[in-house]
Order: sequence, then C-alpha cells, then structure tokens
Amino acid sequence: MSELTSQKKWIQVAAIEDIPILGARVIQAKETRIAIFRNTENEVFALEDRCPHKGGPLSQGIVHGTTVTCPLHAWNINLDKGCALEPDEGCVKTYELKVEASLIWLNSDCLSEF
Amino acid sequence: MKKQKLVMIGNGMAGVRTIEELLKLNSDLYDISIFGSEPHPNYNRILLSPVLAGEQTLEQIVLNDLEWYESNGIQLHTGKKITQINRKERTVTAEDGTSETYDRLLLATGSLPFILPVPGNDLPGVMAYRDIKDTLEMIDVSTRYKNAVVIGGGLLGLEAANGLALRGMSVTVVHLAEWLMEKQLDKTAADLLRKSLESKGLKFLLNTATEALTPNASGDRVGHIRFKGGLEIPADLVVMAAGIKPNTALAESAGLHCNRGIVVNDTMQTFDPRVYAVGECVSHRGTTYGLVAPLFEQAKVCANHLAEYGIGLYMGSVTSTKLKVTGVDLFSAGNFMGGEGTEEITLTDSIGGVYKKLVLKDDRLVGACMFGDTAESTWYFKLMRDMQNVAEMRDTLMFGESNIGDVGHQGHNKVAGMTDEDEVCGCNGVTKGAIVKAIRDQGLFTLDEVKKCTKASSSCGSCTGLVEQVLMNVLGTDYSATPRKKFICGCVDLSHDEIRQGIRKEHLISQEAVRSQLGWRTPNGCATCRPAINYYLISTWPHEAKDDPQSRFINERAHANIQKDGTYSVVPRMFGGLTTPAELRRIADVAEKYKVPTVKVTGGQRIDLLGIKKDDLPAVWKELDMPSGHAYGKSIRTVKTCVGDEHCRFGTQSSMRMGVELERMLFGMYSPHKVKLAVSGCPRNCAEAGIKDVGIIGVESGWELYIGGNGGIKTEVAEFLCKVKTDEEVREYSGAFLQLYREEAWYLDRTVHYLQRVGMDYIKQKIVDDAESRKALYERLVFDLKDAPDPWKDFERAGVDVRQFKTIPIIEVESV
Repeated sequence: MSELTSQKKWIQVAAIEDIPILGARVIQAKETRIAIFRNTENEVFALEDRCPHKGGPLSQGIVHGTTVTCPLHAWNINLDKGCALEPDEGCVKTYELKVEASLIWLNSDCLSEF
Repeated sequence: MKKQKLVMIGNGMAGVRTIEELLKLNSDLYDISIFGSEPHPNYNRILLSPVLAGEQTLEQIVLNDLEWYESNGIQLHTGKKITQINRKERTVTAEDGTSETYDRLLLATGSLPFILPVPGNDLPGVMAYRDIKDTLEMIDVSTRYKNAVVIGGGLLGLEAANGLALRGMSVTVVHLAEWLMEKQLDKTAADLLRKSLESKGLKFLLNTATEALTPNASGDRVGHIRFKGGLEIPADLVVMAAGIKPNTALAESAGLHCNRGIVVNDTMQTFDPRVYAVGECVSHRGTTYGLVAPLFEQAKVCANHLAEYGIGLYMGSVTSTKLKVTGVDLFSAGNFMGGEGTEEITLTDSIGGVYKKLVLKDDRLVGACMFGDTAESTWYFKLMRDMQNVAEMRDTLMFGESNIGDVGHQGHNKVAGMTDEDEVCGCNGVTKGAIVKAIRDQGLFTLDEVKKCTKASSSCGSCTGLVEQVLMNVLGTDYSATPRKKFICGCVDLSHDEIRQGIRKEHLISQEAVRSQLGWRTPNGCATCRPAINYYLISTWPHEAKDDPQSRFINERAHANIQKDGTYSVVPRMFGGLTTPAELRRIADVAEKYKVPTVKVTGGQRIDLLGIKKDDLPAVWKELDMPSGHAYGKSIRTVKTCVGDEHCRFGTQSSMRMGVELERMLFGMYSPHKVKLAVSGCPRNCAEAGIKDVGIIGVESGWELYIGGNGGIKTEVAEFLCKVKTDEEVREYSGAFLQLYREEAWYLDRTVHYLQRVGMDYIKQKIVDDAESRKALYERLVFDLKDAPDPWKDFERAGVDVRQFKTIPIIEVESV
C-alpha cells in the first residue's frame, strides 16, 4: 500500500554471460534451489529447480524456445509460467527477475517467503 | 497484416483435419470459413457402422463440436451446399445465395454413393449409406419393416448388413462379383468370411446382378427386388452400397481438371494453384483413396503448404483394411492377390476358421490377407510399410512377431487376449482400458496422439506394438499404423534418413544450419530432435561440425548419470574389466572422502559410485585419475571379457588382451545409442558375447564375430557375421561394422534395430564381401576417433562447460 511495501528488494545473482545460452545455472538460496534459464532470445527465467512431476532438477534439462524438458521423465515445463505443457499437469514456483546492464537481479521478496 | 481468406467446401474428416493441422502450424494466417451441406459439425463417418449396429451413439462420434469452430474463429455454414465457384472473381456461392470471397480455396467435397441405374431406384425405401441422415433412416426403417436387401458385398455393404441384422431385420446381401470384398480379400478368405456372416444370420446372393426394384402392393415404397435370371425376393429396404465415386461435379463446373477425381499434384494443389483439394474427392497420381488414414496424410501435406512452409510432399499411401463387424477378424493390405514374381506363404485351418496368406516379392512382404486371427496384422503392416527385408525370418514369418524376451507387460503380445485392467505400458502404468477410452472419447487416430494423451509407449517404447494393436482393434479401417514416413519429431516433417541425407548433401555443420535449411518450424528444435541432429552432425562431419553440449541430454553434458534425486553416478573406465590395486585404492579413497552412499559393481565389469553431488564431479574425477567410463553416453560403454587363455584352462584365445585393445580403439566413440562389446576366450562364452552389439568368441583357429545382440528391453541373440583369424582382423571387421551403424542407423536405434531394418545380407556385403568398403569404413572410424579427448580430464577439447559444476550461492537473504 505504502511506497515502502510496494518497493521491491533486488539482489544481484549473476551476469547474463554466466548462464549458458539454451542452458541454466542453479542458485542456492537457503534450502531452495532456483534454476536460472537463458534462451536464444536472451530472455532469462527463474524457476524453482523441482519438476512438478517427481521433483527432477529442471536446470539440467534441454531448453528450447520458452520450454525446458525435465531430464528425468521428459515433462515439458513452460519457463514463463512454470506450468507443465499438455498432457501433463502441474506448476512449479516462478521468481521475478530483471536484467539491467547485463546483470541478473532477483526479487528477494519472493525468496523471503521461504 | 491483413489476414488472407481461406474457404473450405466440405465439412468432413479430411477437410477439417487439414484445418486442424493448419491451425497447429499457424493460427493467424487466415480467416477461415467452412461450408458443409450436412446440418452437423464434423463427425467420424467411419463410426457410422457401430452407430447403426447400436454399439455407439451419434454424440460419441462427433469429432469437432460447434464450440471448436467458434473458439478457433471459424465461420461455419452448415446445411449450405455450394453450387458455384467463380475462379475469376474468387467467390463461392451457396444454394441459398450465401457468398464468400477467397484467397485460397480448399475443396473437400468427399464422395457420392454410386446408385445403380435400374428401374425403381428412386422409390421410397431405396437409399445409399453415406451419412448421419442415412443411418438414422435405416435405424427407423428397421423398427417398422422386416426385409432388407443390401446391394454390394464390400466393406460398407457388409457393415450395413451387419448393423441392420443386429437391429432385427432379415438381411440379404447381393453381390455382383464371385466373392465378397473382392478388392480386399482373396477367395479363400472371402469364403470364410461368408460362412462366418451366414452363421450370424445374413443371407448372400453372389454372382448376382440386379435388374429392377418394384413397388409394394400399396405402391408407396419399394417392395421387391428382381435379379437378372428372374429371381425376385421381398425388400422393404434397399441399401445401395455398390461403391462410391469422387464428388467432382462442383470442381468440374468450375473448370478444374478432373479425371475420376479432382486431379492434384504432390502438394495437393489442383490445376488452379489457389485451389487445393484433399480427401475422397481427389485423384492423386491416378489413385483415389477411400480410407481415412491416407486422407490424413494428405491433410498434413496440404496444411503445410497452406501455412506457407512449402515443404512436404504427398507420395501416396499403403492402405490396409479391417472390417468393423464385431466378432469377425479380418485384415488385408497391399498386394494380397500376389501375381507375377511374387511368392506366397499360406496357412489354412478351415475347421478352426483361420486363414493367413503372406505375399512376398524380392524378400520383402508386399501383401497380407488374414481371416480369423489378425493379431499380428500390425506387425505385418509395419514390415510392408518399412519395406523390411524378411529373408532371415522367412520360416517363422507366418507365426508372427516373436516377442520372446519382451518385458514390462507380463509377456502379453496379443492385445485381444488382454482385459481392460491389464497394463499395456509398464513404464507409465497405462491399462488397455484407459487407451481404448482415450481413443473413443478424444477421437484419436494415430500412435502419436495416443502417446500424447495417455503417455502409453512414450517412455521405453517396448509396448508400441501393443498400442498399435489397440488402435487397430478400436478403429478398424480408420487406422493405418503410423504414417508411411516417420517424422523425427513435431518440429519438422522429415524422417531421420532425410535429415541425415540433408546434412551430408548440403554439408551442414551446425544445428542452426540444419534447422534453417531443412525447414524447422521451431526456433531451437526440441528435446527429441536436438540430440539426434547433434549426433548426425558430429558423426557425418567429424573434426569439423561443432558439437553442441546444450543439445545433448544432461548425462552427456555433465559426463555423469543423473539419478532420481538429482545427484550423479560416476563410473570410471576399466579397460576390458581390468583394474589395479592402486586404482581400487583411489576409488575407495574418493568414496570415503565424498561420502558416496552407494558403491556398486556394474554388469559391465567396473565400479559405479552413486549419489555424488554435481558440484563435486570435477574433484572426484581428478582424484580418481582414471579415464571416463562413458557410462552416461550414447557411446561405447564397455568391452566385457572373460579371463581367456592367460589363466583359464579352457581358454583358446587371449580375450582380455583383445578386449582391452578393442576398448582402447573405440575410446570416445559416440554412436546412435549405447554400444556394448564382449570378448570370450572360448565357446563357453563366459563374457556373454551373445547379447552384445558386437560379440567376439575365441576358437582354436581364430575368432567368431557376432553382431546385433541385446540384453535390455528386448532380449535378442546376436547373429553370426563371420570368422576371422587375426587380432587385426577383429579390430577391422568390428570397427567397420560399428562405423556402418554409426553412419546409417537412426538416432536411438540399437544395433539390433539397425540390423533388422537393413538385413544381415546387406551388412555382410558391406563388411565381409567387399574388402574395400570394409577398409574405408574402418579408416573413417579411426579418423573420427583420432585423439578423442577424455571429457573428465580435457574439459577444453571435450567441450565441457565447467560453469555447470558451480552452484551460485546467495549468502544472506534478508527477511522483510
């Protein structure tokens, strides 16, 4: 409501070059593992590194377009929304991030919820 | 950009499938209008027979409900018959005056029943059997009248007759030819069919021509049918099912070239390039098709061109037939009559009502006709479609696909014998009942659709044959296995072979080049095509094409095997299964230092360290100081050996030395799938060479080479290739075979699949008979593997992205 609560706290996590194109890196925030993906359009996405199916590490999957294919049982997860593509169902938590001056910043508000 | 206008005339299965395929490719290109003369949305015409027979309801056979048209922004005009096409003005006009202009026009006008030109053919009670209206009328008549006559003993006529009989009518089938379904069956099978249908109460008049239909006593509808020769029988209902003809009247009136059907080229265009045509109304390379599977192949090609991709050609189809009469098992496909240059294998059990005929030509199966037991029909159809060489299995061909060794579905290999609760797909726990339900409820036609909707056969694939059988049993004629050509994935309409050829011919050396030059629809492919292309690139242009680690499955990217909890397993190489005290000591030290939870001896004679954190991998590799075992790759895995003549009292050859040499030679070899070898020092074969991709067995006078064995999903015994004398020959022959496999197999095919596809004769010719070919293959292998880097040591040259082994820490997350 006030200026203060709507203000987001951003923490710098990596430079965009640190993330392989069509690949991912993993960030450890306390108990939570977050996968940061980068595609050929240079878009970056942050998802909890846990497939909604059986908890597979999505960061290890093959990235194509705005989709990652989980390495364990090949579920396809949309990077933008964090949800499984048909015919599978389920979503994984996504995190807000922004890129400024080739640096990736994560909104730490969503981190502190853990 | 303003959308173009696409108008489709006809609202049937082929046309609407084209629109569906088009929307999948590009949903923004066109404003679409569809005109249908029937007052219904698109429904499954082939399931009219089960509706007539009372086995399904009309609601169940609707494929696209009105909501589908609406949600896709399609303007649907039902009950409006187009009577005029003006190609100059690019307009179409319906009977009621409704008119639309088009940029592209799609004709899907289907076919019309052939009405016999006999007196009385316009009497009430004389009808065709073609659509919902006909079906409802037949059901209605069956409640009020007794005697039905069906003219035509083909597929449609027999299904109509069966349905009417089940509705309580007394049915006679009149057929002009000497036997039933003469276009799909030979006489023997047709006679068995007739007997079987007679036992269900149907009556038949073969070799019989109709002369006239005459009214009943009160003159208000048909009452009798009279045949040439004078015989007359009562008929309250006459169904004409004597064939169909392509509905070309509209196209002809618009001046489009027609010859039996609307003539189209391989891109489904008529002589007016703005006008496309698909379905039963079409004549393609002089052939018209009446079964749904080929029409769907046409739809796919047509949609591709409408979407302006401009790739994909329709080359005609192989079709098969299955009668949808419950309790009658019948199948035919291809050239089942045989003829000049063909051979036949037949099995007849007239008491048991089983008949099978297989027609072979040049060691390939070209036709099949079966009655009474059709369980193996999908397999035969697949053999025909793939034009597989069957010389090797000729003597067992008749008994069907031997599924001995298939695991995961309790030894079932015939779907008919399974209950609804039986599991078809052991990987994903999908029962037969679930698949049947999905096919019926969701209108599925292809294996890919079943995979997508149910997940059955989408993992290890060993149940694919079973799923195809379920499809065939539920859909009957609707189903013709997978398309003639199997596409690599949904990103492109190309087969594995076509992609390989493209890469070689165009000298493509990067993923991007492959995708842009060969017409990919997706920007970076998908998890299915990317690893395959990567392999094709590096195997076709070794030391030249760029390996792309991001296109490899994680195991080959991290050079370790991912486990269910996200940790990795590490298997260091022990050439020939040999190790030393020093290596064992280092393994023990690493296991303790990194708290490795599980240490296991593998089936490939080495040691697996399981449960290692990804960040620890580089340190583990360094401290092990052993070569990568490539236990994670589509690559050379192990060469298993027995002790051999160095110690064993039975040994005739030095199997350990041979195994070590082979494993060193093949170090770093990537391949379509994993490759395992074994070398035994005597025929006791303790190294189990009989189930390896290349198995080598020492005998007193040299070495025997076996290829194509497999011990996994499907146990397969390796086949004898040849016998050689020297160690050098063992290296050359086995290396040449593996190189042939590397160059020609499809990605994810094991040697057994490749061998089955090309046949042993072909391999022998390339490896054994043709010394030049063998030497060239061997040299190409040696060139490819020259200086192969060890990915555990030489990160730079092996292209290992070491950033992946560093988790980025967030030290302090403040709480707000």
